[in-house]
Amino acid sequence: MSGTVWPTAAQVLDVLTLRAGYNTAVVMIGVALLGLAAGVVGSFTVLRKRAMMSDTLSHATLPGIGLAFLAATALGGEGRSLPVLLTGATAAGVAGVLVVHLIVRHSRLPEDAAMGAVLSVFFGLGAVILSYVQTLGTGAEGGIATFIYGRAAAMSAGDALLIAAVATGAVLATALLYKEFRAVCFDPGFAAAQGWPVGLIDLAMMTLVVVVTVVGLQAVGLILVIALIIVPAAAARFWTDRLGTMVVIAAGFGMASGYVGTALSALLPRFPAGGIIVLVAGALFLVSLFLAPRRGVAAAAWRHLRLRVSVEGQHLLRALFEAAEAAQRPTGAPADLADLRIARSWPPLRRALVLADLRRRGLLRRDAAAVALTPAGQEEAWRLTRNHRLWEEYLVNFAHLAPTHVDRSADLVEHVLDGALVAELEARLATIGRLPRLRGVPRSLHA
Amino acid sequence: MQTFLQLDLPAMLAALFATMACALLGNFLVLRRQSLMGDAISHAVLPGIVGAFLLAGTRAAGPLFAGAIAAALVAVVLIELVRRYGRLESGTAMGVVFSVMFAAGVVMMEQAAAQNVDLDADCILYGQLEGILWLAAAGPESLLDPAALAALPREVVVLAGVLAVTALAVFAFRKELTLASFDPELATTLGFPAGMINLGLMVLVGAVAVAAFEAVGSILVIAMFICPAAAARMLTDRLGVQIALSLAFAAVAALGGYALAAFAPLWLGVDRALAASGMIAVVSGVLMALAILLGPVHGVLGRRMAGRRVA
Repeated sequence: MSGTVWPTAAQVLDVLTLRAGYNTAVVMIGVALLGLAAGVVGSFTVLRKRAMMSDTLSHATLPGIGLAFLAATALGGEGRSLPVLLTGATAAGVAGVLVVHLIVRHSRLPEDAAMGAVLSVFFGLGAVILSYVQTLGTGAEGGIATFIYGRAAAMSAGDALLIAAVATGAVLATALLYKEFRAVCFDPGFAAAQGWPVGLIDLAMMTLVVVVTVVGLQAVGLILVIALIIVPAAAARFWTDRLGTMVVIAAGFGMASGYVGTALSALLPRFPAGGIIVLVAGALFLVSLFLAPRRGVAAAAWRHLRLRVSVEGQHLLRALFEAAEAAQRPTGAPADLADLRIARSWPPLRRALVLADLRRRGLLRRDAAAVALTPAGQEEAWRLTRNHRLWEEYLVNFAHLAPTHVDRSADLVEHVLDGALVAELEARLATIGRLPRLRGVPRSLHA
Repeated sequence: MQTFLQLDLPAMLAALFATMACALLGNFLVLRRQSLMGDAISHAVLPGIVGAFLLAGTRAAGPLFAGAIAAALVAVVLIELVRRYGRLESGTAMGVVFSVMFAAGVVMMEQAAAQNVDLDADCILYGQLEGILWLAAAGPESLLDPAALAALPREVVVLAGVLAVTALAVFAFRKELTLASFDPELATTLGFPAGMINLGLMVLVGAVAVAAFEAVGSILVIAMFICPAAAARMLTDRLGVQIALSLAFAAVAALGGYALAAFAPLWLGVDRALAASGMIAVVSGVLMALAILLGPVHGVLGRRMAGRRVA
């Protein structure tokens, strides 16, 4: 990167606040709106499990671009005019969707094979047509190749305005069809039974994807436009379970990717806008994947750790209770952790976490080298031990397991026994006379 | 004749070996509903190729191949991780991973271009079938001349080797692959590690894709992973027959597509050939469309006729 000249802070500020020239500003706004539309449309595509469909139809636009160029040139028009090329791209994209639909409907081939075949064959056809365009020697192939990788920097203000207009239209259309899209995204079978025309709604959704894809060709290119559609929507999925919220978040992510990506590419030479926009979107996805509050990886790991610590803590409480019981000491008496088999095998970190958790909840006291149960801890330990033994009794008497086999399974289930189930266990054991007396616990099966 | 041997024969051989190797593995991808894996991998290797190039500083095949394989493995693992830990549908996970990796590759390529090196993305997309030359060929006798044969273009030799290795691997593990493709759970309960078989298949797919790219481009690779196998699947219910048919379709597509691209423009009076790899993809698509329409039992026509007989 020796050749890279880093921009000054003032330049960064100028670009980000749209003061770096009219053209740059219009392009940034256009691409940001494109990202917004892609996020909105993409949310439904992802929920409808059609993510790869957007890849298919973006590749499928290539022959349309080539044919539109040839047709316009043959008719004496300007082959390179953007509306002509985009019309051809749209037609080919819709044709690609229809062919996938036909293959799935009329053959035994799975949808993914149909999509892959359409993607590659259409793109191959496009390559053949482009190679033919090259033989014409009009020099137009350079203009068409722009669509494969995109070239936001070369966009004119007029192109950007077109993108902005189409993107706004796509968002409005989505808003109009919101209820229909929601119905087919969540339960297509139910939607069909309710009388929704699922096929038509799907076609409308895919047409919107085609439209967004086609206007995105210029900015990010046909290989990367799929990223603009899928990645913000997939990232938004981590933050919420509500459709409306997800659409808004995806729109925001898409807009931010477009805006920041175009700005970076305007500031740094040799950073192509298409790639940078997608990398910004990818960074947002990574952040969402790890840090989203409920569905994120970090949150899941934290929940897992909490559960683990709480389960181990319950085991320790019961071990303390049973040790006191065996030695016929009061349950609140201090005990040495080294005497408890369960705690001896713990790695130091787990031991520290479990003890800290129990003390934080006021169930355990530290007493010099020993620990002691607080009154609340004694109550909890009594309850846990009782649940454990109730479940063991139940397994022996009703599931007819051998007493030597029940300890492990009771270990697993005792943490999730709720009050109603405990009451039922008590009632059942009472009917066969094995329920211990008030405030007592059943005698240990293993003593 | 000499022109044919120097220009067309090596290109046709490269296309033939590449398409057959892809079609062979494609049978399992189509059965396992992983057809798009070929697409994902073929995009995702770009950063690996460019990265290896930037590190090694040469266009030597070794480092590029290693980089591409590494990127393919990273992509496969990432897709699985995103799918599992992100709890996303597999298509979404695939799309996210490969498009972001491809974007990274595009950005890295611009950086490479800054160092005045020629690494052309078009080359990776469309391939350079037309650039594979066998200059040592003097005439038909060269086909038997060890010295001339030793000078066969590297791509042809590499692809022949890849085809041989793929065929051997599929033959050696045919039982495991079949079982894991039709019923992964059963395979696992029978003691065949379906996960490992899957990973092994993906490594093979990555290796074949990468080897084939250089010669024929990623578009052709994706088409060949899917179309011949899908066409064969329309014609038979037996895996062995399906594999044989798919290889035959691949060969027809490779030779027919190349011929159409190279020679048809001449008959039409155009003096430049069309993109051969694109044309091969188109021919394979036409074959698949024909199989879907005309397949005797599962085809559209076949089912119509069966319906009429019942009525």
